[in-house]
Amino acid sequence: MRQALEPILKINNLQTHFFTKAGILKAVDGVSFEIAAGEIVGLVGESGSGKSITGFSVMGLVDAPGKIIDGSINFKGKDLSALSNDQMQNIRGNRIAMIFQDPMMTLNPVLRIETQMIEAIQAHDGSISREDARIRSRDTLGLVGISSPDERLRAYPHQFSGGMRQRVSIAIAMLNRPDLIIADEPTTALDVTIQGQVISEMQKLCRETQTALLWITHDLAVVAGIADRVCVMYAGRIVEQGLVANIIANPMHPYTQGLMGSVPSQNQRGKPLQQIDGMVPSMLNLPVGCAFQNRCNYANEKCSNIQPDITQVADGRQVRCFNIPVGQRL
Amino acid sequence: MKPILKVQNLSKDFIKSLDLVAKGLNRIGQNYKEEVVHAVDDVNFSIFKGEIVGVVGESGCGKSTLGRMVAGILSPSTGSVEFDSSQANNKEIPSALRTQMIFQDPFSSLNPRKRVVDIITEAPIYHKLIPPSEKRAFATEMLQRVGLDPDTLERYPHQFSGGQRQRVGIARALAVSPEFLVCDESIAALDVSIQAQIINLFVDLKDKFDLTYLFISHDIGVIEHISDRVIVMYLGRIVETAPIETFVKQPNHPYTQALLTGVPRLEVGKRQYEPISGEIPSPLSPPTGCHFHPRCKFATARCKAEKPALREIAPAHFSACHLNDEA
Repeated sequence: MRQALEPILKINNLQTHFFTKAGILKAVDGVSFEIAAGEIVGLVGESGSGKSITGFSVMGLVDAPGKIIDGSINFKGKDLSALSNDQMQNIRGNRIAMIFQDPMMTLNPVLRIETQMIEAIQAHDGSISREDARIRSRDTLGLVGISSPDERLRAYPHQFSGGMRQRVSIAIAMLNRPDLIIADEPTTALDVTIQGQVISEMQKLCRETQTALLWITHDLAVVAGIADRVCVMYAGRIVEQGLVANIIANPMHPYTQGLMGSVPSQNQRGKPLQQIDGMVPSMLNLPVGCAFQNRCNYANEKCSNIQPDITQVADGRQVRCFNIPVGQRL
Repeated sequence: MKPILKVQNLSKDFIKSLDLVAKGLNRIGQNYKEEVVHAVDDVNFSIFKGEIVGVVGESGCGKSTLGRMVAGILSPSTGSVEFDSSQANNKEIPSALRTQMIFQDPFSSLNPRKRVVDIITEAPIYHKLIPPSEKRAFATEMLQRVGLDPDTLERYPHQFSGGQRQRVGIARALAVSPEFLVCDESIAALDVSIQAQIINLFVDLKDKFDLTYLFISHDIGVIEHISDRVIVMYLGRIVETAPIETFVKQPNHPYTQALLTGVPRLEVGKRQYEPISGEIPSPLSPPTGCHFHPRCKFATARCKAEKPALREIAPAHFSACHLNDEA
């Protein structure tokens, strides 16, 4: 069923660079992926890998000195990168919504939840009455699992706990029934039990409303539980993408392998974790060839001279590495 | 065998005293009360030499307060933390230095105006463990222990990445030859691949220098990997302590069970999350009886009324749940 659906978002060769005094920083350097309606895609990477900037680029939230210099972001047949700011305003918060890591920063502390929700509805629909907007806000709060939504609408953000606040921002994102939600580390600031609640809520909502979800996170284990497909980013490029089950069962890129080995699990108890040595290279000063070469156990001369291209692998996966066993290439 | 660290009836209350207005209003017959948070509530446990004891719990459960009291940064309201000096590796080290702490945020725990060499050697020079003339050689050795290049001796903290800074923090703790390290969320701020490096470093150091750890984390995966024994806290109380195998395979307390099912794991196949319902209650007004009863599937009338005692239900396995009485 998943393959039959036309992708709702199609990113092709996206290049978002930052023009700083110290040089050009290629935060996103040729990223391509697709999301279909109702699909959940995980975008995984460490800090500085460009995963959040990819999300911001889709939302049109990249500020100077950053700029999208190449590539297309095709959303339901329209190229978002070519739209004017006003046209983008109509899509942002309406057809595409974003959820951020820290709900205390996204909600206005001096306005009631009600005011903020009604504003988000009326901004995109001038004809709706305040009362109707209020009813829709209340129903959406109920949808994300907030009990007695009528009273909670009158509350201020500081009267909510962290998990409840994140539910409110999810509710605000859902208000205009968007086609796509971009969630940037939405559960990182939450406790384990609350994280479980939010994940299961999001899973249910996406299934019921056929909303596509791009889940940006550093935590591969969270993605393993929620996503259909996963893209692993390193130094501004996608190094591996495919179905989550295939990647978790058999990671092919050395970085994905290292990332999975770094996650403690029960069967490794007592043994040292399989660590990736070294650290992420400075984005201003990337090596020629593969960006991962200095931390990779398989790196050879070719890796330090030529930038590897995305290779199609037998199970529909794409991997950016020279050292994939020949039998698995397409 | 005697434990190297014994914590008895340890409690810490934080009191918000009344402001002037409330005091004034109380004089004319109003009834404002001081707000008290029992951050740590009558906690008992002991740690044996060479053990890594993990402490898990959600935010506000008192795990950091507990760690700070064990490290001697906070003084307890009641109760005691006793360290058995007869088991110390190096008996000449002053007892105040035996427990060192490694903090969560490697950015704010290092003085930004000091060079690494001074950060590491400040405490040992002050306590006359090394003469000032040897400080460079000493700092070089410490940096090598934690896997940093000695060329970085003259650098300032901002010239390091997060993982390297955490290594500097560890070197600073090791500089006074401690016996016992309290790690409070020491790897929470680091990237996944760097986390693995630091966890491996902790385990190496433990073997090399015969250290004992109290390892505080909200990340159950990390705790499962590193600990020998686990303490589970909920709203200031210990609800369960168990050896690691028991913790993973046969958790007894409903809260521990719920915590373990909530952990995201690297497993093939989409999971159906079965989250615990409800919020973490405010520590200002914790529920009566067993603190967990409003969120517990098995709660009975007794759970609401009576505080369960922490009892040994199997060798070395303690749990505070009324359900164990009925079985």
